Amino acid sequence: MMHLISMYGVDFLTGFGWTLLSSVIALVGSLILGTLFAIIEVIPRPVPHYIARLYIEVLRNIPLLVITMFFYIVVSGIFKINGFVSGTIGLTLYTSAFIAETVKAGIYAVPTGQYEGGRANGLSWWETMRMIVLPQAFKYVIPPLGNQFVNLVKNSSVLAFVAGFDLMYQANQISQTTFDTFNPYIIVGILYLVITLPISYYMRYLEDKLAREG
Amino acid sequence: MNDFIQAYSWINMRFLFEGMWVTVQVAFVSVILSFIMGSILGIIRYAKIPYVSWAVGLLIDLIRNLPLLLIIFFTYFALPHIGVQFSVIGSTIFAMTIFESAMLAEIVRGGVVSVPKGQSEGARSNGLSFGQTLWYILLPQAYKKMIPPIVSQFVSLIKDTSLATIIMLPEMTYRAQIIYAQNPKQIVPMFLMLAFLYFVLNYCLSKVGQVIDKRMVV
Amino acid sequence: MKKILKMVGLGTVVLGMSMVWPGTGQADEKQNQVLNKIETRHEMVWGTKADTRLMGLMNIKTGKVEGFDVDVAKEVTKLIDPKAKPVFNEVTSGTRIPLLRNGNIDAIIATMSITPERAKAVDFSKPYLMAGQSLLVKKGSSIKNIDDVNHQNVTILGVQGSTSVEVAKQKAPNAKVLALSDYATALSALKAGQGDVLTTDASILAGMAAEDKHLQLVGGVFTEEPYGIAIAQDNPALVKKINRALAKMRGDGTYDRLVKKWFGQVPGMDWKELTKS
Repeated sequence: MMHLISMYGVDFLTGFGWTLLSSVIALVGSLILGTLFAIIEVIPRPVPHYIARLYIEVLRNIPLLVITMFFYIVVSGIFKINGFVSGTIGLTLYTSAFIAETVKAGIYAVPTGQYEGGRANGLSWWETMRMIVLPQAFKYVIPPLGNQFVNLVKNSSVLAFVAGFDLMYQANQISQTTFDTFNPYIIVGILYLVITLPISYYMRYLEDKLAREG
Repeated sequence: MNDFIQAYSWINMRFLFEGMWVTVQVAFVSVILSFIMGSILGIIRYAKIPYVSWAVGLLIDLIRNLPLLLIIFFTYFALPHIGVQFSVIGSTIFAMTIFESAMLAEIVRGGVVSVPKGQSEGARSNGLSFGQTLWYILLPQAYKKMIPPIVSQFVSLIKDTSLATIIMLPEMTYRAQIIYAQNPKQIVPMFLMLAFLYFVLNYCLSKVGQVIDKRMVV
Repeated sequence: MKKILKMVGLGTVVLGMSMVWPGTGQADEKQNQVLNKIETRHEMVWGTKADTRLMGLMNIKTGKVEGFDVDVAKEVTKLIDPKAKPVFNEVTSGTRIPLLRNGNIDAIIATMSITPERAKAVDFSKPYLMAGQSLLVKKGSSIKNIDDVNHQNVTILGVQGSTSVEVAKQKAPNAKVLALSDYATALSALKAGQGDVLTTDASILAGMAAEDKHLQLVGGVFTEEPYGIAIAQDNPALVKKINRALAKMRGDGTYDRLVKKWFGQVPGMDWKELTKS
């Protein structure tokens, strides 16, 4: 195992970097997209509501691998994007559907009186949303968002399918050069845990704190 | 247009449907097994048995925080080194059960914890044992609340089965790849069909879940 | 205190997991166990490709794998144990060696070149097909041979676990190399423009070029890497039996018939070249 680390340490770290980068980009991207579609869905008009619904339901119900492969093989024929970009786009879109659901739940959790109060005071729908509802909604949204980030890091392993240089890809490469199918995966597993475990535990702490505060 | 019609020939569709059947079977067996395993693990973690609950909790946390793809790989390629060997299907089911039961264990524990404390205290003071309280009072209520999360885990499993293409499980995504690799004109139609089939399968499943959930509440 | 305990626990789990790795050694008392298994079960499990035209390709109509590798495997099985039934498991370049070493399959016949590195991990039969690496590009590509590939702007596509990727890295150190999981994905990636050139054995590329008129082989065959059947180490009796079967097939004309059946019609390919041993 030590031998692997000294021989391929750089590869493991490279994989770690790409995994982290992809996850962070996808988190920011899916946060923006997810919030956007959550807002579109709660617009009190049928057309935007159903467009957002369709977006969310389609992306939620299709495997991430299929979305990623679609970008890698089909879309890349039109726009030149490599495996890392395809994978990160797939990850962003897929996660945005889940984040949209989370944010929507947060919006609904804000008491309707708040919304009505805003409107009664002469604010437009959008102003009420932006200044009153959304800031409160995000309070409910933060712990589930942490869990989504953990999912993102785990799901970023799908990059291995499209040569996205991530941790899984490196593990496969190293195991095929060394014919060792055990230790590379242990090392990579530990590296995943280095990212995901602290976030998970911190999120649990936050959830408990929020629950205690009521 | 012609490419689309050819892509959806009966031969191709039958090949895909066979894959879909594999997907559904694997996901179904895994969800049943992980429901049982997850319940046991979740209860152990809830019960606060010295050391055991802590160890189970740690194990659950480790598994929950690893990618399923890694667990699939590990099951298929690394476990044989310690004398545990499965077929492709067996590995997929094993890996998904391990992964999902860790997820479900947390859902079960959350479900049991969410039952108001007064109920279990009342049951205990009426002379029910811990086991009886769990079985007659806590679990029935917890499971009712757990139907939506369990259905969404089932949907996840159907999607996650696609990851097993990496160990050549002949499920739907793998079969679509085989088809479009042989005929490049069928790439787009195949992706559309794949998306459509997964969508229909999972959307229906979610709807059924919602209906059951409503019935149970009323 | 609790926190420290937790840390210790984590460390132990990790250490424990890494220590169970037994390395080598367990094979000693199990000499020739693969042959024994074949002869008692009357079943020989082969690892073949499912995405490689002419060698091992899934027939969508029948759901069975077809190709030269498959036909050779059927003949060899018959000659090893007339009562045995060949069974085919799909493998990729990346998965085949672990699967063989783990005992999921009895032998590999999957476009696998005999190399010194691999010979450390598995045992090989005598060569059963002469193969060598070549290049596949889209028609109109500026790449004409391996020297054109050695350029910063060029992306080479290959398959994980194949020798071609290693050779490409050596012969074209300036180019970028991407290794995909299987030939189906690699070919789709070439067509999608994810890379400029796909490199692997000419026999595999020929199957791809035969299917798609927009692709062509360039640069000739620039390595000599004959294919062998791979068997788990410590099975000398099985290796001997496979070699005897291959020799018999070469002797009675079965072998030539099979090579001709699969490669006789491929343009730009002399099937007799492939039969050199």
